[in-house]
Amino acid sequence: MSDLEAFRRETRAWLEANCPPEMRRPTTSENDTYWGGRNAKFSSEPQRLWFERMRDKGWTVPDWPKEYGGGGLDRAEHKVLREEMAAMGARPPLSSFGIWMLGPALLKYGNDAQKKEHLPKIAAGLIRWCQGYSEPNAGSDLASLQTRAESDGDDYVINGQKIWTSYANYADWIFCLVRTDPAAKKHDGISFILFDMASTGVSTKPILLISGYSPFCETFFDNVRVPKSHVVGTVNRGWDVAKYLLQHERAMISGMGERGVGRPLGQVAADSIGADPQGRLDDAMLRSQISTFEIDEAALSAAAERAVDLAKAGQSHPAFSSAMKYYGTELNKRRHEILMSAGGIDALEWESERSRGGARPRAWLRTKANSIEGGTSEVMLGIVAKRILDLPGA
Amino acid sequence: MPLVLTEEQSMLRDSARGLISDKAPVAHLRTLRDSKDATGFSRDLWKAFADMGFTGLLVPENFGGSGLGYVEAGVVMEEIGRTLMPSPFLSTAVLAASALSRGGSEAQKSAHLPKIADGSLLAAFAVDEGTKHRPLQINLQAVRSGNGFKLSGAKALVVDGHTADLLIVAARSGGAAGERHGLTLFLVDPKAKGVAIERTVMVDAHNAARIEFSDVEVDADHVLGEVDQGGALLDGVLNIGRGAVASEMVGLSEEVFGRTVTYLKERKQFGKLIGEFQALQHRAAELYIDIEITRAAVLKALQTLDGDFDSAGAAVAVAKARAGTTATRAVQEGVQMHGGMGMTDQFDIGFFMKRARVCQELFGDSNYHADQLARMKSY
Repeated sequence: MSDLEAFRRETRAWLEANCPPEMRRPTTSENDTYWGGRNAKFSSEPQRLWFERMRDKGWTVPDWPKEYGGGGLDRAEHKVLREEMAAMGARPPLSSFGIWMLGPALLKYGNDAQKKEHLPKIAAGLIRWCQGYSEPNAGSDLASLQTRAESDGDDYVINGQKIWTSYANYADWIFCLVRTDPAAKKHDGISFILFDMASTGVSTKPILLISGYSPFCETFFDNVRVPKSHVVGTVNRGWDVAKYLLQHERAMISGMGERGVGRPLGQVAADSIGADPQGRLDDAMLRSQISTFEIDEAALSAAAERAVDLAKAGQSHPAFSSAMKYYGTELNKRRHEILMSAGGIDALEWESERSRGGARPRAWLRTKANSIEGGTSEVMLGIVAKRILDLPGA
Repeated sequence: MPLVLTEEQSMLRDSARGLISDKAPVAHLRTLRDSKDATGFSRDLWKAFADMGFTGLLVPENFGGSGLGYVEAGVVMEEIGRTLMPSPFLSTAVLAASALSRGGSEAQKSAHLPKIADGSLLAAFAVDEGTKHRPLQINLQAVRSGNGFKLSGAKALVVDGHTADLLIVAARSGGAAGERHGLTLFLVDPKAKGVAIERTVMVDAHNAARIEFSDVEVDADHVLGEVDQGGALLDGVLNIGRGAVASEMVGLSEEVFGRTVTYLKERKQFGKLIGEFQALQHRAAELYIDIEITRAAVLKALQTLDGDFDSAGAAVAVAKARAGTTATRAVQEGVQMHGGMGMTDQFDIGFFMKRARVCQELFGDSNYHADQLARMKSY
């Protein structure tokens, strides 16, 4: 116990000394987020300092083994680090699909060579990854994907199209689901493969969204040659890797509402709307929506804490991440509806200095994808109904 | 503190569940209701509760109890919620035991706590007066008289009021309605002159009473805590009660939900099990998620009460508000998904619906706690 207390004291002192003040405020735009990669640029000197100091400690991936560039922290220490960072409002030094999704899958399913090759580069932010899962006609029915990988000597030759590939236009490498056995049953002929986005035959095209941004792309593969050694796990058993990775993705998305949280909603609303003579928010119906929201948010945060504790105690259900994904994303959409409501007329500005380029309405529109990406809310409810409640009819 | 039950707490849950499901299934409440039982609960079962140590769960060891915490009290309340067993556990073992051990003098503790622990004393905690839970609006007057006070006024929804051997009464000795200052708690003998107790038969067939006080004389040494300073003690005991009732609602919700899911897997319509219909699957899944999230919030509140009592207000408000809306949803879906069967008295589901309504009102409904939370956060 005292060891952990000592670790907390050291961690706090180190963070105090090393986290620049500019990195202790919520991010205000996409540019504020550091994603790493071959073409990465820091948006400011404090961002660079903060990233490099954390990387040198292995704290871009605090719970990964040290041999792969991680911090080697155990679960309790990792929790302490997260708590101490949250307490000072410290930003994550590196945002990365490699950290959130591919890394855990490689740690579980990758062979030695793959781990040694890719994990340290993810930890150091050298390679930026994207995810090649969705296809135009597959949607939530992910396993119906059609991108083919045909055997040709030591290589596969890949043809097909992906869609909703987040930041594919900035990514260096892709982790991709491809069909290696078209004759097999839908889930049995899929492999999980890694390749360089600079390979001949890969092209991307951004998709403009209602938020005015293009975080997603269409991605095309035209006779892309990839060595067979780049398959992670067993050929044709890629679905296992995919599912494992999706659990991490869902956990990440369910936590999205908590990231970059600034002031409590009630105070945000009070700042813009003002109070009545009794000191209550001068919009009784909105006040009630906000307090109900804050109740649900506090309850979700307890549930997230409990999910970790249950996992530790060996009592959690593997499909519970779907429950959390569903609730977390629906809640995040509510948060942004309330923020728009609290912002009133001011929140309608799309292009102006004072609105920071319409940050609030753009964020509001972005959240509408939360209950679609990573499996729709309806798919999550179906998973809970069938896998947890064991209701009939698959 | 991990948000899961410890091994000891799980064992307590198992022994409470064993006793309650065996001796007091919903049929037990039904029998008491149909026979218009004068007591409204089983004294034999209360004796069994005492033998298991449940009555003294919150009584400190030096007064004959086991000195356990609010998480443990919640564990027992949750099991009570599963079968709707009527018992004085909330009124006596939770509310009165907490009020006395937190606010009582040594003499008051010695006089009452050992009897609560051994099951021989029943007590009731009298707070509400109006239509809704508004503790600051307490208006039952305590006027100084001789060595003590005279109490005049009325209380509504006093849980187990008609069987109590001891009343703990919140009164106004000073200040005005709406103020925290001027509240005082009194220990009152229900047989004292001027006390009139009327059992109110409620929708859920549980015990409650209306009590009128007409110039009831109370000795100075029957003040619980300090004169005019009872607000903090009252808040604390109410928070404990809220956590306990929230636990009961978690048990109730989970039981109704379990019965409903079982029904979805058995009942056929249009040549299919109704659980195959996506419209029902999604509603069931949402309810499951709702209950799991509420369970975490309630456990969090109880752990906070055990660990950092004075700062537990927000966590308790979250728990009681969530538990109220979740239980309401669980019973509504339960009745709806059971179709016409759910509307019959013969079927148990309706009992859960009625109890959920009462638990919502007890110590503040979801709206009350949402408002409290907004006040705590200054908006």
